[in-house]
Amino acid sequence: MTRLTLSRALNEGLRRSLESDPKVMIMGEDVGKLGGVFRVTDGLQKDFGEHRVVDTPLAESGIVGTAIGLALRGYRPVCEIQFDGFVFPATDQIVSQLAKMRYRSRGHVALPIVIRIPFGGGIGAVEHHSESPEVYFAHTAGLRVVACADAADAFTMIQLAIASDDPVIFFEPKRRYWDRGEVDTAAPLTDSLPLTSARTVLPGDDVTLLCYGPLVRTCAEAAIAAREDGRSVEVIDLRSLSPLDMATITASVARTGRCVVAHEAPVYAGLGAEIAARVTEQCFYHLEAPVLRVGGFATPYPAAKAEDHYLPDLDRILDAVDRTFGF
Amino acid sequence: MTTETIQLLSPEGERVDHPQYPLGDEVDIKGMYRDMVLVRRIDTEAVALQRQGELGLWAPLLGQEAAQIGSARALSAKDMAFPSYREHGVAWCRGLDPIRVIELFRGVNQGAWDPEEHKFHLYTIVIGDQTLHATGYAMGIQRDGAEDEAAIVYFGDGATSQGDVSEAFAWASVFNAPVVFFCQNNQFAISAPSERQSRSPIYQRSSGFGFPGVRVDGNDVLACYAVTRQALRAAHEGQGPTLIEAFTYRMGAHTTTDDPTRYRLASELEAWRLRDPIERVRSYLARTGQADSTFFAQVQAEADELAAKLRAATLALPDPLPLELFDHVYAGENAILDAERAQYAAYLETFEEAAR
Repeated sequence: MTRLTLSRALNEGLRRSLESDPKVMIMGEDVGKLGGVFRVTDGLQKDFGEHRVVDTPLAESGIVGTAIGLALRGYRPVCEIQFDGFVFPATDQIVSQLAKMRYRSRGHVALPIVIRIPFGGGIGAVEHHSESPEVYFAHTAGLRVVACADAADAFTMIQLAIASDDPVIFFEPKRRYWDRGEVDTAAPLTDSLPLTSARTVLPGDDVTLLCYGPLVRTCAEAAIAAREDGRSVEVIDLRSLSPLDMATITASVARTGRCVVAHEAPVYAGLGAEIAARVTEQCFYHLEAPVLRVGGFATPYPAAKAEDHYLPDLDRILDAVDRTFGF
Repeated sequence: MTTETIQLLSPEGERVDHPQYPLGDEVDIKGMYRDMVLVRRIDTEAVALQRQGELGLWAPLLGQEAAQIGSARALSAKDMAFPSYREHGVAWCRGLDPIRVIELFRGVNQGAWDPEEHKFHLYTIVIGDQTLHATGYAMGIQRDGAEDEAAIVYFGDGATSQGDVSEAFAWASVFNAPVVFFCQNNQFAISAPSERQSRSPIYQRSSGFGFPGVRVDGNDVLACYAVTRQALRAAHEGQGPTLIEAFTYRMGAHTTTDDPTRYRLASELEAWRLRDPIERVRSYLARTGQADSTFFAQVQAEADELAAKLRAATLALPDPLPLELFDHVYAGENAILDAERAQYAAYLETFEEAAR
């Protein structure tokens, strides 16, 4: 076991993939000499060369579009989009090309591309640096969408995403980049939890609290606080946002009878809406209360000094948990 | 800057020499004539099939035969071509069975050929997207250390306004990627004339990005061949990208849904008819004694036979099976999709039970 920051765990995972497969490449803005604005790719260009760790021109559509061409040639590009709010110039290439090419070629073309996106708020940033755009991609068939939450998962999930023959949109919780955690760098990758599986972070009996990315830590803290009120909260990290691991979700809710979904993205038409609909369909007779959602408001992401009101914190999450006992 | 258009065969069928683009006996002019006649016949048949309700849509190449055949015949077997959606002539030269293209426009699939089999990528409908794919592919050629390979990408005058095309120019330039940008300026993006896309000639765009551009008479199959061959050689030899503007004219509609009489004059079309890409080669071959009426009749008979076969094959295409629509979305598992497939299969089954 090694104690690493989440950023460093990603770096180690990327290094492993670059070492094990000569077709793996990293490309993006400032990923080479600088090592990325969050240092996730620190030192990789020095060790693997400019042909494999590519500082690109500043254009997101170009990054994803040329990555598609490289994948057609047999490469496995890992693209970095510098911040969540900058992914939109690449949306056409992601949605119209990357997601659909396997389907419209009837399986002739595989595009094993990973698009890493630091996401979420809480770092006091200017506009376009704190967003949670995951649902745009979860709504697009042909993409896998995942989010890591801690260092151990970051290390294995990035390697699994790179090994996947499907395109993967890989969300990284930017305000957790410097959180440290134990990482077992010696364990074989085959032992790790599959990319499609959710993970129970804390077991509990009274209510299921679903979350992903930056809110996993917040929800775990909320669950510990709820113990003081005598409530046993089961915290599940979804990990895979598309497809959802409904088997893990419904097994938990069928046991607890209550469900709360928390995410930073706006509640309206968010991932919580999809989960609420499915849990209602599949756990109808087990539910003691409607599935409740807690998350961002139906506003654009606000100015930094107001973001504490926008982001669901421990108290707002506990408030939602409390409300499920009011029915 | 002067606007020079490279021409090796005049509209009257006179051979013209150009010092930068020498062309000897190695060129199979009769073969190119045959290619052009055959693809025009395929095109005519496809338009007829659409009019008869057998195709949902067709994008005619009429008038662009020389640009497509000339450039595509310059490709080596290893070069990779990235088409937009009108490159039926390029598809023909790459050895793709025309029925594969028909399948897309009939709607039985979305153009599901294997790009590597013929070194011909899938048709790309979102304008300009494929320029980045070709550039990335060319970066892959560089990384493989393959010296005798290049990518060529086809796009139109309208596409030059897309951001992706400018990004592809920037990428190809700074990475010195072995890619040829082949722009067929057919004068129209549906109804918008090329003057609405650019005030400067399209081929001059490349100079701002730091690589050469050349305008070629797009209705001159020899010039298109010679200019493309030279650009490919430069790419093979590590000299990076070239932009070729093939100045041509879309003599048909944008697609079969379009009515070009709403936005252009009949007299303009007539003027371009005098520059027909096939007629000038026919004149040249006949006048120089390289072909006689027997040859021309043989090619026409071959074209008619090809069209008849294509028609029969089109009508014989089976519709896709309903549950196939769930296939090939993902390489790996997806329990959500699997559940939808199972649910829809069960729903369909209820009709079969009712019919029993």
